[in-house]
Amino acid sequence: MSQGPDADLADAVRDAAGVRVERCYQCGKCTAGCPMARHMDLAPNQIMRLAQTGDPGDREALLRSLAIWCCAGCLTCTQRCPRELDPAAVIDALRELSRREGKVSPRGRRILAFHEAFLASVEHTGRMSEVPLVGLYKLWSGDIFQDLAVAPAMLARGKLPLIPHVIKGRTEIRRIFEACRAKEKA
Amino acid sequence: MTPPRCPPPPRGGAGDIGYYPGCSLAGGAVELDLSIRALARVAGAELREIDDWNCCGATAAHSLNHDLAVALPFRALALAEAQGLGTVLAPCAACFSRLKGTLVRLGRDPGLAERAARLAGLPFQGKVRVVSINGFINGLLADGLAGTLTRPLPGLKAVPYYGCLLSRGEGINEGEDPESPSAMEGAIKAAGCSVLPWNFATECCGGGFSMSKTEAVMDLGGAVLSDAKAAGADLVVVGCPMCHSNLDMRRRGAMPVLYLSELLGLAAGLSPAALGLDRHFTDARTVCAGGRP
Ligand code: SF4
Ligand code: SF4
Repeated sequence: MSQGPDADLADAVRDAAGVRVERCYQCGKCTAGCPMARHMDLAPNQIMRLAQTGDPGDREALLRSLAIWCCAGCLTCTQRCPRELDPAAVIDALRELSRREGKVSPRGRRILAFHEAFLASVEHTGRMSEVPLVGLYKLWSGDIFQDLAVAPAMLARGKLPLIPHVIKGRTEIRRIFEACRAKEKA
Repeated sequence: MTPPRCPPPPRGGAGDIGYYPGCSLAGGAVELDLSIRALARVAGAELREIDDWNCCGATAAHSLNHDLAVALPFRALALAEAQGLGTVLAPCAACFSRLKGTLVRLGRDPGLAERAARLAGLPFQGKVRVVSINGFINGLLADGLAGTLTRPLPGLKAVPYYGCLLSRGEGINEGEDPESPSAMEGAIKAAGCSVLPWNFATECCGGGFSMSKTEAVMDLGGAVLSDAKAAGADLVVVGCPMCHSNLDMRRRGAMPVLYLSELLGLAAGLSPAALGLDRHFTDARTVCAGGRP
């Protein structure tokens, strides 16, 4: 799989997501149902269009877009596409490429920080725990004051365990993460 | 490849249902765990937690690394199979969607199954069935729970909220119309409530953006609750910890939001505290007319 910066984007997306973006006929149905469209700088159908052209400028615009980070993965677009395409999977693939090439939109960094904090918590303990997740998220996003007021209410309701659960197979989990990262770089 | 090292599998009884609580059920969604376990006890179903289960990776894994998004659910499924669990209940809609979606993709794509086994370092034959909160509760009702609901909640008007993860995605709602699912309706009616038609049953609540894009969650959750209100609902019934938190906590005070298992637990005569109803941000105990200890 060649996915270097020079590879054609449509091919890279086909390899990673199994979607033939050239089949999109721009009906806009994906965008019409997208709950996050109003927060995006490129609407889902525009993402599909820019992935078709083979133009390096379009490729750059996609990988640097905020939109790919705003997608909630709700699958409404995928459910409704009359061409049975999977825009959500295309966006997953673009996000991976954007991160690998260091092109994450500054406005998408908080969302990326959250995903990274989530996975770091899982990598080290085998499970997601709220305290390390939120701690790392704040550290990496710089969003220190977010939800400070909610924590005591969560604690009082037994919703914020202070000691994260650590599974027995955490070495296995770390090995899985390493194997998946190796694939990512290949 | 080194042979996988996993603890000797505790063998289950024939009727055992494997239980994959998922991470949020130990934290933010503790009431889902309490109410599922309590309801299973009432119905005489034996839940056996998968020993040493790991996180399914949720939104984060498929957002950043598609191998991880398969390998993490794969390990959990492989453990269940090795431990003799033929059926796995994943009450969290996000976990269900990841586990079931992975199972479907593995079945369709032998190459992917081989790669996942290599990444996870575990064998897996695919002989596991994954069940959602809706499937589990409907199964219990059919197996006799329906006849034991001695404390129904008549007069309450509910809207079933499936959101994304219980309505869309491959193999997620077998045979149902993804645009108009109905898996919760029978159970809500069995609890004595009426089910109202509304427009937002399968709309997105903003999912995992609660912290990283709070304004979107406020927007989308607010729209869901306004439509529920406009439809004349007294409560929203959910099966997803993210939907629950986005409606109950982010939009606190708007309307009681109950897990389907909490609603059925009340109808079975369990106390609100035993079901975790006292742990909501928006008071949910108000749905029991006259109050209950
Ligand atoms: S719904 Fe499908 S065909 Fe229509 S614009 Fe979106 S991706 Fe293209
Ligand atoms: S999956 Fe993403 S792009 Fe598709 S409708 Fe949902 S938020 Fe929009």
